[in-house]
Amino acid sequence: MTVDIALNVLLLSFLAITGLAIARVRNLFPVAMLTGLYSLLSASLFQLLDAVDVALTEAAVGAGVMTVLFLATFGLTRAREKSVPRSRTAIGLVVTGLTGAALFYASLDMPHFGAADTPVQEHPLRERYLETVREEIDVPNAVTAVLASYRGYDTLGEVTVVLTAGVGVLMLLGVSRRGRHDDDKEP
Amino acid sequence: MREHTVLRVVVKLLIAPILIFALYVQFHGDYSPGGGFQAGVIFAAAIILYALIFGLAEARRAVPPGVLRVIGALGVLLYAGTGVYAMLSGGNFLDYDYLAHDAVHGQHYGLLLVEFGVGLTVSSVITSVFYVFAGRGRRREQS
Repeated sequence: MTVDIALNVLLLSFLAITGLAIARVRNLFPVAMLTGLYSLLSASLFQLLDAVDVALTEAAVGAGVMTVLFLATFGLTRAREKSVPRSRTAIGLVVTGLTGAALFYASLDMPHFGAADTPVQEHPLRERYLETVREEIDVPNAVTAVLASYRGYDTLGEVTVVLTAGVGVLMLLGVSRRGRHDDDKEP
Repeated sequence: MREHTVLRVVVKLLIAPILIFALYVQFHGDYSPGGGFQAGVIFAAAIILYALIFGLAEARRAVPPGVLRVIGALGVLLYAGTGVYAMLSGGNFLDYDYLAHDAVHGQHYGLLLVEFGVGLTVSSVITSVFYVFAGRGRRREQS
């Protein structure tokens, strides 16, 4: 337990340091790398919280694919942040401070970490999903059962959204000015 | 990246295990953490790694973009098709109980097919998006 707490504190402080570093660095290539590092640290945190599904996704998308997409984008744009006048950074600081304070205030309302009397633990649906899943679907991983069977419509919608987003990107970027598919043949 | 011998060798060794891990996450999703979304992303990451080290042209030869567009649509079709098949067999849309004689078996088939559809779509969409992003940079350099 103490090891868990120590790891949590360590990872969270690394997250904060990485966030500050991202805010300070002006050259965007290191920022892309640091964003990847941030995702990797979040993935470790999710792993610590036993959310392995989320950790897998975060590690692959956040640390892997997103970093590469950022770098590919810097190939198209300039890789250096424009310097902003002091007055505008002050406004940014105020907005960030206020948002942070609001979020902190909201977090006071949340149940304590690992509390036993939260709706997640006490709601009757919990029994429905975690116990009748044995008779109805009989797979050990209840997450998959909920995702693909009980919430089948929902997941179908999500997959459709993924496909639609992909089609949108391909329509915007995948066709060159001559109307030919940009990615069909290597020139 | 063509001249980095160490990277080339290490990546060559790594890509096969990454692909197999993606398939494991895909088809073992009923028993262990993971499923279609995670597997699709890991699969796409392996292809992207290949493209980074061996070049975009090589990756496009191995996994053609045209094929990816078809596979992406096929994934959604497989998902929705499973639902329609359940309807034709007498149940509601996406009611996997009717996919086999036994309701629990039907659920197992349903989960497997649906997750496979998710994996197909996610992996091909992410790889396609990477192709167009990376491809545009190269085109601009040439012109």
